[in-house]
Amino acid sequence: MPVITVLEAIRDAMREEMRKDERVFVMGEDIGARGGVFLATDGFLSEFGEERVIDTPLAESSIAGIALGSAMSGLRPIAEIEFADFIWPTINQIVGEASKVRYGTEGKLQAPMVLRAPQGGGVRGALYHSQSVEALFAHTPGLKVVTPSTPYDAKGLLKASIRDDDPVIFLEHKRTYRLVKGEVPEEEYTIPIGKADIKKSGDDLSIITYGLMVHHCLEAAQLAASKNISVEVLDLRTVRPLDVESIIGTVEKTGKVLIVYEDNQALGIGSEVSALISEHAFEYLDAPVVRLGGPEVPAMPFSPPLENMFMIDTEKISTAINKLAEY
Amino acid sequence: MKIELPQVGESVTEGVIGRWLKNVGDKVEKYDPLVEVITDKVNMELPSPVEGVLREIIANEGDTVPMGGLIADIETKESENSPINSDTHSNLQEENIGTTGVLIKDAAPVGPTGSGGPISQDKPQPDPSIKDRPKSRYSPAVLRLAEENNIDLEQVVGTGINGRITRKDVTAFIESKPNTLESQTIVKETAASTPRQDQEKITLSPIRRMIAANMVKSATLIPQAWSEVAVDVTGMVLRRESIKESFMAKEGINITYLPFVVKAVAESLKKNPLLNSSWSEEGIILKKNINIGIAVAAPDGLVVPVIHNADLFSIAGLAGVMENLITKAKNGKLDLSEVQSGTFTLNNTGALGSVSSRPLVNHPQSAIMTTEAIVKRPIIAADAIAIRSMMNICLSFDHRVMDGAEASAFSMSVKNLLENINSETQIY
Repeated sequence: MPVITVLEAIRDAMREEMRKDERVFVMGEDIGARGGVFLATDGFLSEFGEERVIDTPLAESSIAGIALGSAMSGLRPIAEIEFADFIWPTINQIVGEASKVRYGTEGKLQAPMVLRAPQGGGVRGALYHSQSVEALFAHTPGLKVVTPSTPYDAKGLLKASIRDDDPVIFLEHKRTYRLVKGEVPEEEYTIPIGKADIKKSGDDLSIITYGLMVHHCLEAAQLAASKNISVEVLDLRTVRPLDVESIIGTVEKTGKVLIVYEDNQALGIGSEVSALISEHAFEYLDAPVVRLGGPEVPAMPFSPPLENMFMIDTEKISTAINKLAEY
Repeated sequence: MKIELPQVGESVTEGVIGRWLKNVGDKVEKYDPLVEVITDKVNMELPSPVEGVLREIIANEGDTVPMGGLIADIETKESENSPINSDTHSNLQEENIGTTGVLIKDAAPVGPTGSGGPISQDKPQPDPSIKDRPKSRYSPAVLRLAEENNIDLEQVVGTGINGRITRKDVTAFIESKPNTLESQTIVKETAASTPRQDQEKITLSPIRRMIAANMVKSATLIPQAWSEVAVDVTGMVLRRESIKESFMAKEGINITYLPFVVKAVAESLKKNPLLNSSWSEEGIILKKNINIGIAVAAPDGLVVPVIHNADLFSIAGLAGVMENLITKAKNGKLDLSEVQSGTFTLNNTGALGSVSSRPLVNHPQSAIMTTEAIVKRPIIAADAIAIRSMMNICLSFDHRVMDGAEASAFSMSVKNLLENINSETQIY
């Protein structure tokens, strides 16, 4: 199988879907002539033309609004928000409107749109190029929120998102773009939205995580193995809807759970996962459910040492693993 | 003075404490053997780094201790004379603080109710009175398992923090006592008569555990292939026979077939460097030195002393080196350096009567060879039947590192070298 990066997987997914389905088009800031700031749509303008590769003004609310309108009219837009940090003007269009289209029209209308955005820190991006936005969208029923960690997952999930009949927020961790490489089959495949994946099997404790953190957790699990601590790593892949069955499954297996996420810890995805566990798997718990999430700080600091302190890394995860294993 | 387990060699991260050679209260001279330490490479006696009195044994026999972990406390002359020991509070008072004050490095922050302050520098030790204290609350998982399996949790030994019983402790307890309820009843009912046991458990010695761990590593990490070659060693048998007595008279040691084989293996490894290498994901690491490990059945289990730079020795030299190593191995006296850095392993399974065996590669090496029993067999040579001394050599190898072609080239080289031994073969 060819080995490609997360970025290449995303580019391939969009290109293949656009070749296959005339209704699919891309729009966003700098995505045409420039090929996107991260080059996710590199070469698209020459292959698909201006009709299907639309450079938009710097106006995120319009990008989301146009995408929603065209989706309700029968097209399948992939709208790119250049950085997730600038996604907030779309809240009205996405949370206020897109999420409610199917429900509000009793199923007569649907909004098959994908809103892609690179997010996450650890890239020296400071306040406005480091945010994690999944929890705010995941709170709203009617939206699907996807957070892939590997090229294989990114490609399969993006294709599934494009074909999905409801709005999908597709959040790509920009640090994984060129950092994470993996095998991706040449044959056609999709990955169902809402299915978690055991990235490493183990039986002493479980880590539930997603996005970039999957890779730090796998590293920490490797280190733990040298101390005879067997760690299972469950990659949620989709944070809305959550794969409750897989979450409960791993808890029943190990009885100890560490939830790792880069986004703000309080009221985050981990908070919901933790609540689900205590509701559905209480009798299998052998230790308190532990969250390891972002600190109570409004934004990513500019100073590199402070950014390192802010970010969850392999070392912090290892410390949490050791403590939980000891309990 | 707190005694730490020192770093005892490459790739060793922890040791198992063996027998303590001194008791608490004993006077200890510097370099006195203090305790036996068993690592996955070797058993060793740890010499005391100081003179003093053994005050406390922190790591007990059978404990696994990481390198740098505390194992004992020895009271030295200095610590006797010094009024302060490990008491942090008095340490703090001792320091010349002055008006600017000093930062207490080891203190909890002051809390809203006035808590906080210095923390003891010693790691919290498990409270010996823990057994008498009421047990802390059990986790839901532990309670559920105990109920489902009718387990009295009072009988379960906790390995969690502060002696907490974990889910794993309960599952281990269940596994150790199949059909707890039934067996208990049966034992009670038949205690007067003679209960018959249909199985018996042998406690795992630390060495047994190490061997088991290494074998699992070999069997699970290395995709191994195997081949066997028959070697006509008539020449070698005759050559050894012809020098046996004079060698004994001159050198005082018995010459066996093994030095002949080691010589042939060392030369063949030189010609086939892939057999003297290690697999890594980044690439195959060729080892420049030819260090041949010899598997020896010692009383406690398998040990593998290493002949370093085996290619630089003559057959007589090899005989001397091996005599020394094998005697030490059998007496458990090997130094760590004598079992380290092996690049290839040789196992003389023939000594046990075997004519064919499939050895497991000694991870992280890439190949292992056995020499099998030398047996007289009728052989067809030059269209006539001859009686020749035949020996099989068996090779297991890491198929990631090499293919059958390279492995066979090695085996054939060993075969040819051994078959060419004759009355002219140089021993010195």
